[in-house]
Amino acid sequence: MNEERIGVYVCHCGSNIAGTVAVEEVAQWAAKLPNVVVSRDYKFMCSSLGQELVEKDIKELGLTRVVVAACSPHMHERTFRATCERAGLNPFLFEMANIRELDSWATDDRAAATQKAKAMVSAAVRRVVYHQPLQLLPVKINPNTLIVGGGVAGITAALEIANAGYHVYLVEREPSIGGHMAQLDKTFPTLDCSACILTPKMVDVAQNKNITLLSWSQVEAVEGYVGNFTVTVRKKARYVNEEKCTGCGICIEKCPKKVIDEVFEAGLGYRKAIYRPFPQAVPKYPVIDTSNCIFFQRGKCKACQMFCPTDAIDFEQQDQILKLEVGNIILAIGYDTFDPRRIPQYGYGRLANVFTSLEFERMVNAAGPTGGRIVLRDGVTTPKSVAIIHCVGSRDKNYNEHCSRICCMYSLKFSHLLHERLPDAQVYEFYIDIRATAKRYEEFYHRVLEEGTRFIRGRVAEVTDAARMPGEEGKLIVQYEDTLIGKQRRLPVDMVILSLGMEARRDSREVAQIFGLGCEYNGFFIERHPKLDPVNTMTEGIQIAGACQGPMAIPEAVAQGAAAAARVLSLISQGTVMMEPVRAHIDADKCSGCRICNNLCPYNAIVFHEDRKVSEVITALCQGCGACVAACPSAAITGAHFTDEQVMAQIEGMLWDVQPQFAMTSMETR
Amino acid sequence: MNDSYEPVIVGFLCNWCSYRAADLAGTSRLHYAPNMRPIRVMCSARVEPQFVLKALREGADGVLIAGCHPGECHYVDGNIKALRRYELLKRMLRQLGIEEERVQLVWAAASEGNVLADAVNRMTEQLRRLGPLRWRETVLGGDAQPEERAGEMMAKEV
Repeated sequence: MNEERIGVYVCHCGSNIAGTVAVEEVAQWAAKLPNVVVSRDYKFMCSSLGQELVEKDIKELGLTRVVVAACSPHMHERTFRATCERAGLNPFLFEMANIRELDSWATDDRAAATQKAKAMVSAAVRRVVYHQPLQLLPVKINPNTLIVGGGVAGITAALEIANAGYHVYLVEREPSIGGHMAQLDKTFPTLDCSACILTPKMVDVAQNKNITLLSWSQVEAVEGYVGNFTVTVRKKARYVNEEKCTGCGICIEKCPKKVIDEVFEAGLGYRKAIYRPFPQAVPKYPVIDTSNCIFFQRGKCKACQMFCPTDAIDFEQQDQILKLEVGNIILAIGYDTFDPRRIPQYGYGRLANVFTSLEFERMVNAAGPTGGRIVLRDGVTTPKSVAIIHCVGSRDKNYNEHCSRICCMYSLKFSHLLHERLPDAQVYEFYIDIRATAKRYEEFYHRVLEEGTRFIRGRVAEVTDAARMPGEEGKLIVQYEDTLIGKQRRLPVDMVILSLGMEARRDSREVAQIFGLGCEYNGFFIERHPKLDPVNTMTEGIQIAGACQGPMAIPEAVAQGAAAAARVLSLISQGTVMMEPVRAHIDADKCSGCRICNNLCPYNAIVFHEDRKVSEVITALCQGCGACVAACPSAAITGAHFTDEQVMAQIEGMLWDVQPQFAMTSMETR
Repeated sequence: MNDSYEPVIVGFLCNWCSYRAADLAGTSRLHYAPNMRPIRVMCSARVEPQFVLKALREGADGVLIAGCHPGECHYVDGNIKALRRYELLKRMLRQLGIEEERVQLVWAAASEGNVLADAVNRMTEQLRRLGPLRWRETVLGGDAQPEERAGEMMAKEV
């Protein structure tokens, strides 16, 4: 062990590290550490010149171990491993000390930062001595892909992968794909008809031979790892035989039971107990809603079955449990809108003519419940004045701190549509800031300004029907502060629209648990890197796309869907991926056969050999968490690259400057 | 307590959540106490009680173990295993006369740089008030000879 020849390299990272840590001092100090034969500091270690320095030293000085003190291993560990490899040194004989993110950037106390950097370098030097040469493990990639969520992001990803010639399972929990985009009337700022641009893509999904569409289905469990996931999907009973159904819709026509459509029509319209959310639904097969179906509730009716020309109604149908083998997973589960009942002073649910933005989308849609007529809740009266309240549930410490990014623009779109349909109506927008930041957005804002919308800067305090002044009777009164003139005002209007913010799906944390992902405090999924890796997650082989990652508009969701697909395709085309060799191994000679480790393994990667009474780790299944290593009472399990020796040595190194309580070395205590 | 006393904390940070939280804290230039010296482990479940005792015996005044939030563990439920082990370890530390604040377990997601920074600050402040651990006096009662072996044995048995 004592013959190792270590090279230590301390990076300045311009002034990022050198500004706080005395890098020259650390480098000079490290030169005196045991086994260190060379210690240098350099402006940018990750530059090709910095890397050449390491390569040259490995070759000329015969280094057997390398320590680089620079940024996070998540930034440049791979870079320097490759450097070592180029010079003929096994890449795992390298250790990185993160003296930037965890040190120089986290304090401005130069003395303390330098001391901490020394501790981290000394820990790395002591640890690296115990490193062993390791080889990356090749893992085969199953070319099938699972996509969860059939909104515009999921649809885009599915088509990209399917068109490249690989199979996709697209799982959607509603009866039809389409997501929120299918509910919208127009899209800002181009005023494209939302359905007109989305439905052709939905049809492509239905017709693509490489896509298995599983609507009215949910993922229940996921096992495995990148390249080899086994996914359990529950395909809920539709009570309609998909083989026989032609999608003619006679059953829907004949169904006597009408219920409020809370999902697609946002509670503004009705559907039948057997239904398709909308005429262009994909797949075209209807679904029976058993909680409202007269037959399922009272045992009589069967009108749909009676009239079905192809005998496709099957009241006996059961849920199916499918097991899918896939190599990659894309999550595109979308968002939920903020629940406006959480802000009671805005009166939603209490004051009839307060509408949500989604209700308004359905109302202005020619295919919606009112046939595109903008009317009050009574269904006949046309409003003469409309107030649109921005940032409902967004940019508010009481609800969500984040900006939902789309509400300004869709509110402007509402203004435009109101002017178009009701030229005499007065439209007011209550805003905090107008955020029109993408291509052609600002131009659209100016267009709406010129159309005559009144913009009032200020957050609305209350919407009420309690009239105090003449002219307020029978109206909704918006109580607000105009922050540009600094005055409290009241404005009577006929209709109020609440521009709801975007939130993570209410069950996003449950989904995250199924897939083993992390969530932000507000429930959105965490990407691998906010700038450089926005669609990857910490779990290899699982990508995220669209509004489940954070609030975004359609173009970004589409771009993310395509980006996630590109990531998946690159893995599929490689055929195999190289995995970190951080794996557990059981020394059969030391194993007492106690089987404590067997149940600890979350991947069932440990098998017990009854004949020899020893446990064994199946390397291909092991993911390297180390739970078994820590638990083994006989210390028979080694966790590669995180062995006891390595961590113990690292602890000693970290504490180089504090008085050791015993004059013992780590080897003696073990 | 002497004004210049600064506690030293060894932090075991899991690779997927809390180490990234620490990275994020740095990237966001959240300044926090430089007293925590980080050791990366793949999962908080890898942290053996021996690691904690080793750090305390080597002169650390406290040990911070940080993992993913329950339900968000990269390895399904490694953090829960860490929690179970931590509860047992706490019982033993109490018997050794080591204050509860010296060994802490926190959850920090990859997006929660502030949570990790706050935990370090809070713990540093608590340890400043407690003062140095003084393993020899606290755990071995000053007479190092017989009990030294006892401490060692206990470390082995955890």
